[in-house]
Amino acid sequence: MVGITSYGAYIPLQRINRKVLANATGWSTSATSLPGEKAVANYDEDSVTMAVGASIDCLTGFDRNKVGGVYFATTTPPYREKQSAGIITTALDLRPDVRAADFADSVKAGTHALLAACDAVKAGSEKNMIVCAADCRLGRPGSAQEVIFGEAGAAFMVSDTDVIATLEGSYTLTYDFQDQWRADGEKFNRMWEDRWARDEGYTKFIPEAINGLLKKYKLNIKDFAKVIIPCIYLREHQGMAKALQLDEKQVQKEMLTTVGDTGTANSLIMLVAALEDAKPGDKILVTSYGNGADALFFQVTEHIEKAKNRRGIKKQLASRKELTNYDRYSSFRDIAPMEAGFRGEVGPTKVSMAWRERKVILALCGARCKRCGTPQYPYQRVCVNPKCGAIDEMEYYRFSDKKAKLFSYTSDSLAYSVSPPEMYGVVEFDGGGRFAFNLTDCEAESLAVDMPLEMTFRRKYVDNVRGIHGYFWKAMPPRA
Amino acid sequence: MAAGIRDKVAIIGMGCTKFGELWNKSPEDLMVDAFKELLEDAKIEKKDIQAAWQGGPEFTPGSVGDSALPLAQTLKLPFIPVTKVENMCASGSEAFRGACYAVASGACDIAMALGVEKLKDNGYGGLPEFSHYATIGTKHRIIGANQTAPGMFAMLATRYFNRYGISPQDGKKMLAAVSAKSHHNGALNPKAHLRREVTIEQIVNAPIVAWPLGLFDCCGVSDGAASAIVCRADMAKQFRSDPVYVKSLQIAATSGEEEMYTDYDYTHVETTTRAAARAYAEAGIKNARDEISMAEVHDCFSITEAVTMEDLQFSPRGKVMDDIMSGRFNLDGAQPVQPDGGLKCFGHPIGASGIRMIYEMYKQLQGKADKRQLKNPKYGLTHNLGGIPYRSVVSIVIVGN
Repeated sequence: MVGITSYGAYIPLQRINRKVLANATGWSTSATSLPGEKAVANYDEDSVTMAVGASIDCLTGFDRNKVGGVYFATTTPPYREKQSAGIITTALDLRPDVRAADFADSVKAGTHALLAACDAVKAGSEKNMIVCAADCRLGRPGSAQEVIFGEAGAAFMVSDTDVIATLEGSYTLTYDFQDQWRADGEKFNRMWEDRWARDEGYTKFIPEAINGLLKKYKLNIKDFAKVIIPCIYLREHQGMAKALQLDEKQVQKEMLTTVGDTGTANSLIMLVAALEDAKPGDKILVTSYGNGADALFFQVTEHIEKAKNRRGIKKQLASRKELTNYDRYSSFRDIAPMEAGFRGEVGPTKVSMAWRERKVILALCGARCKRCGTPQYPYQRVCVNPKCGAIDEMEYYRFSDKKAKLFSYTSDSLAYSVSPPEMYGVVEFDGGGRFAFNLTDCEAESLAVDMPLEMTFRRKYVDNVRGIHGYFWKAMPPRA
Repeated sequence: MAAGIRDKVAIIGMGCTKFGELWNKSPEDLMVDAFKELLEDAKIEKKDIQAAWQGGPEFTPGSVGDSALPLAQTLKLPFIPVTKVENMCASGSEAFRGACYAVASGACDIAMALGVEKLKDNGYGGLPEFSHYATIGTKHRIIGANQTAPGMFAMLATRYFNRYGISPQDGKKMLAAVSAKSHHNGALNPKAHLRREVTIEQIVNAPIVAWPLGLFDCCGVSDGAASAIVCRADMAKQFRSDPVYVKSLQIAATSGEEEMYTDYDYTHVETTTRAAARAYAEAGIKNARDEISMAEVHDCFSITEAVTMEDLQFSPRGKVMDDIMSGRFNLDGAQPVQPDGGLKCFGHPIGASGIRMIYEMYKQLQGKADKRQLKNPKYGLTHNLGGIPYRSVVSIVIVGN
């Protein structure tokens, strides 16, 4: 039995109501009447950081040394050449002898990565593969895409024991169908006319994939407890369900009006939502759309109950903050960058140093003294405990998964930040260790001495002159 | 304990430029200005100087190739040993220590220290971005919080207020009193950068720079230079009748405990506490609150001065507010602090500040402090802090008659 053994999700804290977008750009165009809101990554988040967030959720209670690989699906990687899955592997503090690959260039890549991981496990090549997907696609201001696209990530563990949902079958369609695209070097997505995408794309390929799967495995649509249909048109989402003769309770709730179309993660966050509510014996049909379509057939097992202590979808949907200022959003996304001044200039990154210190920087590992037990960050060769001082008696000690509290703090209007004031504080970890970190996803007014914190992987800077994305960890108040 | 530096070295001349935004002065101009005053004051000639130390400038981009040649070449020092030293904001004091140790060791009889900084060629309000001048390795540019000096010191105030149950309103008033006092003193000083009295209300209501610190909680960002010439104590009277003697020179550099170990309370500065205790032992001072007549401390921010009063044992732990509010540290108080206006108003050209502090103590001990003159000072203390509360190096110098 091969399939999903764990799941996780990352929905960024901030939501932007589509009325805010309409108010900001409606004078120019009335792009779409889509209701609701969309999730938007903070200025220090991107596809990689959201994939790490979802993977951490997925890794709850799991020994990270047992992970056998990382497949990452996105159409918005930070680098055109340089593996994002490698950044994620290091940030998660996984073993280096794992398989890592990026699945890219189509929003169908999320389900494809999941299939590939299942195939690798089925072939006996790997176990405990992490499949994560996240996207931060941009629409030009005033475009329908800007309204539709949301930002989020999902992650699964794929293996062959303690499977919570076995992959029973799949059916894939590959068409060179051009309805949405983005050429190399372009920032914004383009789209052919709506009616083309809707009538010749979504509403043809998704039913075709579903019917192909049903036929291939001699199944009836009524056999499924939940059917996941991604569609950027609410009416056609319902229309396809009706045409497929699905009962209302069989249709997995759309997330277009709560999170938006999250690209490679779109079907997968709905799959996480379905698994949150799934019972043993449920059959789940997942479809994805993009240059064709995938249909995946999962059967939920009795192990599903063991995997429910995740942040997942419901908790993260409830944990939200409204971004009411469009200008702030467009500044975060570098659509209308604000003046950064001298302090916003980024100095060169020494990549040889970053490589040498990868466990310290990307994996947030310090040292623990084997003689006195003192955890310390960053990694020290000489123990910082004044009563110890042992030399070279250290082992790596991971801080990224430790709870912490805020020892002292400030909100700084002088430091450059995309979202001023810059907040930072001295973070004291449960179990020992202390260091000063930036604080994110919180308000200056809400900071208090001793407030609880957890660590979150973020993009610390972007050096546009040299094409470097610098990642590190920040502290934030725990969400759900 | 070793015998220490007490009464082995004397200051026989000093110079200090006006501090400020000196757009028309180059670092070389500042060095020459501080040197000219020094020569006139000491009544010596350049050829008498046997060794020299240059403190700062700290904010010179690119460390490879940095040296003391700016000092040697600008002053045309005749092939004597010249050394550049850096210890962040304590670089001036470090240069002074180098000169004193050279004399005390017998390696030379007369040595010079000169500190200089030209901040206003950098284009920043406040100090230039730290990340461009990483002091402890490029790794820290990535793992260190994106922080500024006011923010890192603001965290002292956050924790201090929390620990001692001081409301932000009362805390800000206490800090405002620190700055108001320094503005009063600075207004009396023709060489000071900021020469305007400000009220507690103005200070409390000023824009916030890094909560809870506002604009007037932060010191001036200045250009300037200061210099000192020291000689063997037994020679000093050959040069002048009123030399000032070095009683103690101490430096404490953090071991990293405050930053990485969990004992540090973030309501004091450990390096100040350690350096002060050693300095008092070296100078033979039993009770700093009673015996130190005056001090110039490193008031980069108002909260720094406040906790420094406790670290120097001028005020009991947690009680500095009482002393600040009662005016103990005012010019007419029992233990005046920052008689020249301090970093707050005299200004803070990083590499020069340590020697500037000694300059005021020197003038006060000689009775030449004009409108700021204190009555019969005996011991003057300077406290020069490089770095940030949890990662610092502190120099304490005690001078006296």
